[in-house]
Amino acid sequence: MIPEIGHFALILALLVAIVQGVMPMLGAARRDATLMSVAVPAARVQFALVALAFGCLAYAFVTSDFSVANVAEHSNSHLPAHYRFAASWGSHEGSLLLWSLMLAGWGCAVTFFSRHLPQTLRARVLAVMGLVAVGFLLFLLATSNPFARLSPVPAEGSDLNPLLQDPGMVVHPPMLYMGYVGFSVAFAFAIAALIGGRLDAAWARWSRPWTTAAWSFLTLGIMLGSLWAYYVLGWGGWWFWDPVENASFMPWLAGTALIHSLAVTEKRGAFKSWTVLLAIVAFSLSLLGTFIVRSGVLSSVHAFATDPKRGLFILAFLVIVIGGSLLLYAWRAPKVGLGARFEMVSRESMLLVNNVLFVVAMLSVLLGTLYPLLLDALGLGKISVGPPYFDTVFLPLMAPVLFLLGIGPLARWKQSELPALAKRLRWAAGVAFAAVLATALLAGRITLGAGFGVLMSAWIVASIATDLAYRLRPIGPAPVSLWTRIQTLPRPLLGMMLAHIGVAAFAFGVSMVRSYEVERDVRMQIGDRTEVAGYVFTLRGLRNVKGPNYDAVQAVVDVRLNGTPVALMHPEKRNYRVQGTALTDAAIDRNLARDLYVSLGEPVDGGAWIVRVYVKPFVDWIWGGCLLMALGGALAASDRRYRAKHPRDAAAPIDDLTATTTGTRPLEAGA
Amino acid sequence: MKRWHLIAPLVLFVLLAAFLWRGLRLDPRELPSPLVDKPAPAFSLTRLDDASRTIRRDDMLGKVWMLNVWASWCEACRTEHPTLVGFAKTGTVTIVGLNYKDTRPEGLGWLARFGDPYAMSLFDEKGRVGIDFGVYGVPETFVIDKQGVVRFKLIGPLTPELIATKIQPLLKSLGDA
Repeated sequence: MIPEIGHFALILALLVAIVQGVMPMLGAARRDATLMSVAVPAARVQFALVALAFGCLAYAFVTSDFSVANVAEHSNSHLPAHYRFAASWGSHEGSLLLWSLMLAGWGCAVTFFSRHLPQTLRARVLAVMGLVAVGFLLFLLATSNPFARLSPVPAEGSDLNPLLQDPGMVVHPPMLYMGYVGFSVAFAFAIAALIGGRLDAAWARWSRPWTTAAWSFLTLGIMLGSLWAYYVLGWGGWWFWDPVENASFMPWLAGTALIHSLAVTEKRGAFKSWTVLLAIVAFSLSLLGTFIVRSGVLSSVHAFATDPKRGLFILAFLVIVIGGSLLLYAWRAPKVGLGARFEMVSRESMLLVNNVLFVVAMLSVLLGTLYPLLLDALGLGKISVGPPYFDTVFLPLMAPVLFLLGIGPLARWKQSELPALAKRLRWAAGVAFAAVLATALLAGRITLGAGFGVLMSAWIVASIATDLAYRLRPIGPAPVSLWTRIQTLPRPLLGMMLAHIGVAAFAFGVSMVRSYEVERDVRMQIGDRTEVAGYVFTLRGLRNVKGPNYDAVQAVVDVRLNGTPVALMHPEKRNYRVQGTALTDAAIDRNLARDLYVSLGEPVDGGAWIVRVYVKPFVDWIWGGCLLMALGGALAASDRRYRAKHPRDAAAPIDDLTATTTGTRPLEAGA
Repeated sequence: MKRWHLIAPLVLFVLLAAFLWRGLRLDPRELPSPLVDKPAPAFSLTRLDDASRTIRRDDMLGKVWMLNVWASWCEACRTEHPTLVGFAKTGTVTIVGLNYKDTRPEGLGWLARFGDPYAMSLFDEKGRVGIDFGVYGVPETFVIDKQGVVRFKLIGPLTPELIATKIQPLLKSLGDA
């Protein structure tokens, strides 16, 4: 009964989504307030219905109702309860339902936080989101019904993929989808602007917090995925450039370009049509990514062949949404206009370079990801384009991004002078070089990669410190207290600084791990020891452990540094009973300076095991950096002035990046 | 001229969609390679496990052998690997690995972890030999006869079916099975 309720709720949600997509759009065109007023209740009702459907599916999973095919295929009664719940989005059908739930959720959030928007804009935004929802709900109902029943009912389910049975995997997909789907709001704003032919600073200000919030979720989602791969795949790697990761990384790159370009559109009215295009591209890549991953088109073209209906539907949907919006863009963008002019050396030009680099990086990742697919499509076989391609192409593109990150935020809008900028940044440059020297002395050796990474991280942090010191300097004969001055700093500015410090931490972590990581594969018997980077690892024992749905061999590894015990680690090799899959569960001892990482390889003769031991300096800074970026985004998006009701508040530009536009604070010497 | 940049994204997307559409109906198949029935390109590479031992193409003359291009970073190679390990156990043919754009520790670690089906692996750090062999991506497999002529090329992972239907009959006909 419960699955049928879910199914029925989905059908109703589809009908409501059609109403949400069509009536407000018509109303906006005819300036009919009654039609437009349908948008808000429709969006809320649609959310309630999809949430009900999702609740029904989750209920079927938690209660192990194996009469539902989806549950029988992706769950098992021995699975712990939280994984049974997470299994709701472990399948193709379930994850599409989660997608739809998120989409409806963002739409519902728009209805609550957009009271200050002009009615036509709000109606169009919600209508566009409704139309996207129609596509998804139709796809679910027509080809991927999550509530399909099985007869006869199997006694037991075939279990969730063991790789997904992990706390990281419980939160990773929802975060990632929040990010993916969050870009639908920016997309809807862009489409509404194209239809209305009006795109101004106010429009940019309204779409900024949504974009930044979505971007933060996406950052968090990617971070969790990387963290998960780090300890579950047992390779100690944190990024593999595989199609599934790239699918989430491409919208992130486009989204990063978008939040920077939106800043220019809001502050200076420039980059208008570019911003719109980026908003379309970011969401298009989210769609493409979701479908690439979900359809399995990249890991196996045959997955498509088994259900041609599904593949064709996906493609048709992509063509309608992406093709349609790009067509609209080609037609309407001239109306939107290009915007204000700026000089060669100015914050605009630096952000333009930032945008170009991010878009080129995104395109190169797209090319590398789709290249195997293209060859496959041409019948040229199935191949893997691995890290060699991505490392060669991607790293050189990010190097100038890091360098400019140190300069951009200090440059003035419209026009800036190089000598003055250089003078302000000379200390930062000094600090950066000193940091490289210090690293070389401390580590005893330095590589090009490590040197560059440290140089750029220190450069970015020092530049932010310079900026902060300037903004917090006492002004006038009776300056207010430092704390008061800190409190007057706008949240978006602080958010930006936090996120940029996150970038520095990330770059530092990556370069340290790449240069100073030590790894060893050793054959160990009980009592054997191995020394890696000064740490002595001793295999103390091996024991059999019984998990809820797996059996494991657990090793006890004792780690000492100069004779003092550091950690007792328990790496496992698990065998999941139902699917018979073996899985490595690495043991990790973390701290800010280094991770000790031990994973069990294969058993070899004589009761010995191949044990993989890593010492990874500063690896946690990689995820710490991502976390700072996401927090920075959240801080920036939380500024209340973005949601200002008062027209006077909304008219003043939100000063997140600098005070120079007003001219009250001469930033550069001689200005 | 002015409109060009507005249309460009749409044109790009249409191209992409056309490819995706083709991807729906086409199945990957081995392709005739310009190298097939031509002498294998000359090479001189060190062994993965021993940087001091160099192997040349002509060292392999006089026997039928199989060259398998792999890398530790290659996901598809992991799919293929059990098949290759199983095939190596039958002792049908000498399998030589070409470790492509990899590092020695990563490559050796990978073999230690998943098993080593290769009589030896050649270390092609920069991928130069791979270029000579026309490697599109990894994995790829070549069968080379006693005269050093390439008789078969496969792009993508080997499967038990491919071995049974293509490789084994070919090896028989080459007189070494």
